[in-house]
Order: sequence, then C-alpha cells, then structure tokens
Amino acid sequence: MAKGVWIVAEQRDGAFRKISFELASTARKLADQLSDEVCAIVLGSGIKGIAGELGKYGVDKVFVADNPALEPYTTDAYAAAVAKIAKENDPAILLLGASVQGKDLSSRLVGKLATGMATDCTDVKIADGKLLAIRPMYAGKCFGEVVVSGSPQMASLRPNVFSIVENAKAGAVVDFDPGLDPAQLKTKVIEVQKDASGKVDLTEANIIVSGGRGMKGPEGYGILEELAAVLGATVGASRAAVDAGWRPQSDQVGQTGKVVSPNLYIACGISGAIQHLAGMSSSKYIAAINKDSEAPIFTKADYGVVDDLFKVVPELTKECKKLLA
Amino acid sequence: MNIVVCVKQVPDTEAQIKVKPDGSGIDEAGIKWVMNPYDEYGVEEALRLKEKLGGDVTIVSVGPARAMETIRTALAMGADKGIHIDDPALNDADAYTTATALAAAIKSIPHDIIFCGQRAIDDDSGQVGSVLAELLGIPQVTIVTKLEVEGSNIKATKPIEGAQLLIGSSLPCVVTAQKGLNEPRYASLPGIMKAKKKPVDIKNAAALGMTADVKAKVAKFVPPPARPPGKIVCGDDPAAKAAELAKLLREEAKVI
Repeated sequence: MAKGVWIVAEQRDGAFRKISFELASTARKLADQLSDEVCAIVLGSGIKGIAGELGKYGVDKVFVADNPALEPYTTDAYAAAVAKIAKENDPAILLLGASVQGKDLSSRLVGKLATGMATDCTDVKIADGKLLAIRPMYAGKCFGEVVVSGSPQMASLRPNVFSIVENAKAGAVVDFDPGLDPAQLKTKVIEVQKDASGKVDLTEANIIVSGGRGMKGPEGYGILEELAAVLGATVGASRAAVDAGWRPQSDQVGQTGKVVSPNLYIACGISGAIQHLAGMSSSKYIAAINKDSEAPIFTKADYGVVDDLFKVVPELTKECKKLLA
Repeated sequence: MNIVVCVKQVPDTEAQIKVKPDGSGIDEAGIKWVMNPYDEYGVEEALRLKEKLGGDVTIVSVGPARAMETIRTALAMGADKGIHIDDPALNDADAYTTATALAAAIKSIPHDIIFCGQRAIDDDSGQVGSVLAELLGIPQVTIVTKLEVEGSNIKATKPIEGAQLLIGSSLPCVVTAQKGLNEPRYASLPGIMKAKKKPVDIKNAAALGMTADVKAKVAKFVPPPARPPGKIVCGDDPAAKAAELAKLLREEAKVI
C-alpha cells in the first residue's frame, strides 16, 4: 500500500532553494489530512549537513544520497536515484518544484515510474483520500483539476505560490545508496556560466517591474531599472519588447516566455495582450501604468494609473525611495 | 543524420479559451489552430542540422484529423515525411500516453536526434519530451537555447535560474526546444506545393501496438478565478498619482 507524502527537495551549491521549503510545508499540510508522514529526498555532494533543516518545515524523515556523481545536477543521475528510492518505498504522493531543474527531473520520473503528473500546480488538496491538483492550462486562460490514477500521484508546484509554514518535526536523516551505474550517465554539465548581474530570476522574484511596447525603445528601460533597484525587483518585458530586440529573451513574461507569480507585478506601458496576461495573472498584486485607459491590462490590475509612464515611473521611484528609507 | 521532430497542433496564443459549461473541456468553436510555437523551433533546428550534415527529417504528431495541417506546415518548411498518429482513444491522452504513442512510432524508424517543444502551450504540461526519452532509453536535454552537434555528441545551452549551463550528451538524444534556439522560417510557396506530395503515414493505436492508459486526467476544466475589480488612481498630476500608488502598495497591499 502506497504511503507517505514525499518531496524531492532542491539545493544548489549546498543551500536549499526556497521551493524546497514550499514543498515541505505543502506536503505537511497534505500529510496531516491523510494522517501520514512527510519524507524528503535530498541529493547532492557534501549536503548531508543541511538535510535536517527540512525538519523545521514539517518533514519527518529525510533520505539523503550524498555522492560526488550527484553534483552538479544531471537528469540521468538524479532520476535514477529518485526512481530507486521511490520504488523501494512506494510513496502515495510525490511532489517536486516546477523550477527548471524540477521540471526536467519530474517529467523524466513520470517515464521511469510509469505514472501521471500534474505540472506547475497553483493549489493541491486532498479529496476522497486522493490528491487533487489544480493547475493553470493554456497559460492560465483556464484551470484544470487533475486526478492522478498512477502511483505515485505526482505533482510539481509552481515556485513562489505556496506558503512556507514552520512546523517542527523530527527531520531524521537517513542515508541511502543511489545505486548509480556510471554507464547510464550519458549527460554531463560541461560549464556553468553564472549570470554576472546576480539578479533574481523572474520566476523567483518577489517583485517584478515589467515594460512593454510603451517603453518606446531599449533606453526606456533605464527608469524601470531604477525603480527595480529601489524595490529589490527584477525587470521583465512583454513579447513585443523582446521581439523588437529591446530586451533579452530571458526577460520575457507571457505564454511563450516565463510564467511568473510575484507578490507584486508592475506593468509599465504594457497593453495586456492575452498571451501576456496569461503569463502574469497568478501574481498576488498587479499594478499597471499605461496612458491608454482602455488597455486590457487594467482589467487584471489591482491598482491602475492612467498616465504617461515616463512621468509616473520616476516619481514612483522617488516615492518608494522615501517610503523605504 | 536521422532527425525526428514531434509537433503538436494547439490554439493560437491570441485565442480566447472558453470552458464548456459542463467543465469537460474547452469549447473549440472559432479557435485558430497553429503549430505549437516551441515545436516550430524544433522543426527549424532540425532543418538547419539537415542542411549542415545531410540526412532526413521526419515529423511525428499525435492528434485528430486537423493535426494533419500542422504536419503539412512542417513539411512545407522543408521536412521530408510525416507520421500522423490519429486515434479517438488518444484524444484525452496525458503525457505518458502521448509519449508511449510517439515512442512506438519512433522506435521503428532510425533516429539520431529527436526534437520536441519544451512544452505545448495548450496543456502546458512539459512532460512529453522527457517521458519519450525514458521510453526510448536515451538521454534528454530540456529547454535548450543553443545546440551544437559534434560527431555522435551534442553540446546544448540551457538557461536555469540565474545561470546558463552547457550540457554534453551522447546521441541519440531528445532535445526540447526553447524560444531563442533560432528564428523559424516561413514556408515558401514552392515549399507548400511540394508538401502536398510528401508522404505521411497515418497510424492508430492498434497499428502501433499500444493502448491508451491515461494516468493523469483533467477531471474538470474551470475558468480562471476572477480578480476583484481594481482601483484606478485618479487625478491630473503624475507625481501625485505616483505618490498615491506607492502609498497603496505600501499600506494597503503591503507588498513594498
């Protein structure tokens, strides 16, 4: 009988990523409804010391494979290790983050464990003793309530959406052998090039200041960078701005770019094409600055300013600087 | 080089999506269907590889009769032949079932590299490429923005949060395409004419020796949660409006 709510925690350079605590807290909530336990899987090299941290967020047991072949992340090694421990323990539910790494790993596991998964969920609950996963589809133009009949019932959780709740449990650390066969490891990381700007990725940002066609050109983004610097925000862009070559592709928010869920999304000079709205409508608060009062962005915005963004944004930066001083 | 590209027909990004009143799916009336944009990058990359290294490009798609248009689009861009997996039993296929069908079709043809879009913009599931790789027992590199083929190996660039990875893999391999990989070409008029005569095999699940076994089912489709109506900050002075907005964000929303 499958049991336990399991998570695959994510660490990079020996520190847990925020999504790991979101996963642990969410798993705890589900497990409490099932009167079941939460188990976490932590993979990497030299990471055993951090594993117990997950106990703080409700994890009962942490299975750790500390092995040089698990650093850095590769699909082959991680999927083999997780599949092995999952097959040995038969989890009822297995949750991963819908981060870049989590998406890659979770989808490979769907194949290895021959099961089903709800990707990039914004809510998960228990209904009739089973996992019910709620996820945006068509980039959020509609939502699906997904039931997984395979085992384990898998879901990946959208980063930045689920609350982190402290709920101390044992967090007992148990070693396991990932059983890696070097002949099966066919991919390797040749080079890691860190983003020199050190800016927080759009998918992990608390605040995003985003600009569209209304920025009029690449130089227009200077005022958004200034506002972002004051707010500790990351700058994003609409497809129109990216396709015009004003901003790099990695900045694009929307159906063919990144789907983001910050606490605050400030849309500047973005009219709100449906494919853009799709990528940012799970933001907790949306503010829009646009001189066209009919712009569709205002239908999604919690706060709207109808005016010339080139006049409003520098003033907003000044005001925020004052408030945050 | 034997190149395979998996493509899916999806609603255009500008399409309004309406949920059927009974929540059983979306209302397809009036939808304009296009090739999944991420799959277009896959087709383009396949054609560039063929132009550089020689070989042939096979397009594979799972979908109803209308999906043939998408296969023909890829053939018009320059692909050589197609396989159309069309079976009503696959209409509600999840990623595992779709990948099972693709794997069954691809197993029987030579394949050195297989491209998929990193996700389809309809179900946004992003699983098929990886499950396909697993079922074929070959490696995967997902969400790729740059690709180099060197003999029987590839080097692929993959952006992650705050960094870029260069990943090496042996062939055969599944590569899932991300925006930025290339700029897909448009089909030329002669290309469109030629595409009509290119061979497309139509297969059903039985011909592929598989049955649909859906493991993740959308039990209900629902419209997105409505956002409460917003506040428009009024006034004539941009500075005063900016100050009011900052105050609302700070004191009411408490997000700055």
